Amino acid sequence: MYELFSDLGSWLTSGEQWAGPDGIAHRLAEHLQYSLIATLVAAVIALPVGLLIGHTGRGAFLAINLSSFGRALPTVGLVVLVFLASGLSMTPVYVALVALAVPAIVTNTYAGMTAVDADVKDAARGQGMRAHQVLFQVELPLALPLIMTGLRLALIQVVATATIAAYVSFGGLGRYVFDGLAQRDLVQVLGGAVLVAVIAVVLDLVLAGLQRALFRHRHHAAH
Amino acid sequence: MTIYSPGKGWPMIKFDAVHKRFPNGTTAVDNLSLEMPEGGITVLVGSSGCGKTTTLRMINRMVDPTSGTIRVAGRDILEADAAELRRGIGYVIQQSGLFPHRTVLDNIATVPLLLGWGRKKARARASELLETVGLTAGAGRRYPHQLSGGQQQRVGVARALAADPPVLLMDEPFGAVDPVVRTQLQDELLRLQRELSKTIVFVTHDIDEAVRLGDRIAVFRTGGHLVQCAPPAELLARPADGFVADFLGAERGLKLLSLTTLADVPQRRATTVRAGEKPAPQAGWQLVTSAEGRPLGWLDPATAAMSGTGGTAGEAALVPVRPLSDGDSLLSALNESVASPSGLVARVDAEGVLTGVTSREEIHDRAGTAHATATRPASRAADEAPASHAALQRRTA
Repeated sequence: MYELFSDLGSWLTSGEQWAGPDGIAHRLAEHLQYSLIATLVAAVIALPVGLLIGHTGRGAFLAINLSSFGRALPTVGLVVLVFLASGLSMTPVYVALVALAVPAIVTNTYAGMTAVDADVKDAARGQGMRAHQVLFQVELPLALPLIMTGLRLALIQVVATATIAAYVSFGGLGRYVFDGLAQRDLVQVLGGAVLVAVIAVVLDLVLAGLQRALFRHRHHAAH
Repeated sequence: MTIYSPGKGWPMIKFDAVHKRFPNGTTAVDNLSLEMPEGGITVLVGSSGCGKTTTLRMINRMVDPTSGTIRVAGRDILEADAAELRRGIGYVIQQSGLFPHRTVLDNIATVPLLLGWGRKKARARASELLETVGLTAGAGRRYPHQLSGGQQQRVGVARALAADPPVLLMDEPFGAVDPVVRTQLQDELLRLQRELSKTIVFVTHDIDEAVRLGDRIAVFRTGGHLVQCAPPAELLARPADGFVADFLGAERGLKLLSLTTLADVPQRRATTVRAGEKPAPQAGWQLVTSAEGRPLGWLDPATAAMSGTGGTAGEAALVPVRPLSDGDSLLSALNESVASPSGLVARVDAEGVLTGVTSREEIHDRAGTAHATATRPASRAADEAPASHAALQRRTA
């Protein structure tokens, strides 16, 4: 056991392991790239949906259930399905990751919008704001903390799941996990897993810190 | 929509056969025809579900009527663009509805910014309004949740006044603050109204607030029926039916006295003694005054007799006095005459200097006469009501 940890330690810290196209630095960059692109695409789809159903109060049931359905889909199964339909490319990976990220963003955006005090929305309309002004000047800024939470959750889930890119022969930190499994190299498997866990935690902390800094004067804002 | 105002007393807002039925089938407002005069406060009262708030919200098209017309400054509001109409009408709601993510100053600047005044001009106007509603400049940089409930309501009023709209809609604006703060806010509103002369529509379920603030009171009954609309004195004196009488409460007679001032109640010279001087022995209750003539308290005859042997009025323990001026109501006078140990009410001028006293009996008589005059059969009293009401109103002046 001790040996395993010391091997893991030297694997993680050795200079040659970090360098080159198979090196940790490059795989880490690939992994982050996949994760950010997938989360961004998910946000582009999910934010307007969440804002719309939150603003109008219509279609919420359908949208929330559809996105929960997306969450329930087995990610690996989805990758294989899209792979069979479209052939070998990054598309199956992105489809699966986006499907995973959309529900968290939709539900949190919707929750943020419905948490905006009805009196505040009433007052905004009563002062003469048009629908888009109520949305962008009042509802969106007030829902922002919860929207940020949704994006954060989505990104963390995507980072943890982006290892599947390696399953269909692409890069990212999943490379170490799948190669290690194939080569029965436990140290490499663990190394990949630890790296994924560490960047997920670090990203979460950084985003949480950013969120706190942005909304520090509004601890009562959602009411 | 620019609202043109032709002059005080003219019907600024006019409801004509207005019905409102909600999609669930409930009738909120039933065949309402009502005028709200320019420059006056019209109070809509009634128990919950009587349609008073719906009536208010139809004026700025937060709710559109099912049928009938509503005119503001002569224009049918259904022909106006709703958002533009609302920018020309101040709107204050119960929980203030302030934007929690904006500073107090930016909250107040909302409508000027929507009207495209530009940030600088809008903020300058907002700072000016902070002072108008009795807040410090420092409050402008704070966020709404950092203010007390009363202060938040002041900000709500300032926000509604920002673009200087001729019409102000207030939906139970003081309903959520404690009674002491509520009284302060009511006084402030009356003070502001003396300066600004807005056409105010005010919704409340508190009949005392309605009597205090209203130039006219419209009483609604469940189902959206307007039962009676009249100046407070007339309403209290001659409620249209049992429902209105019940709504006004058992102390209707006393409330009526709160609308009559002491101004023409005679007074006579009081037996006084200056603080520090020797009181006359065996002269009954004597009023001790300061060197400037301001009443300090009542001196007990027993104490006066004792201090006659050497003490002075200033040393004796005095019973507190609450002097009244001409602007105070007959109701306060009645109250003070009951509380006063001598049965006398001390009367003062605007500077607080004693002018004389009035006895309990005189006040009681006057209260009876005032009540009888007000409740005289409608034919004659109705002609006098507007005039007497004008004299009685603004007693806080």
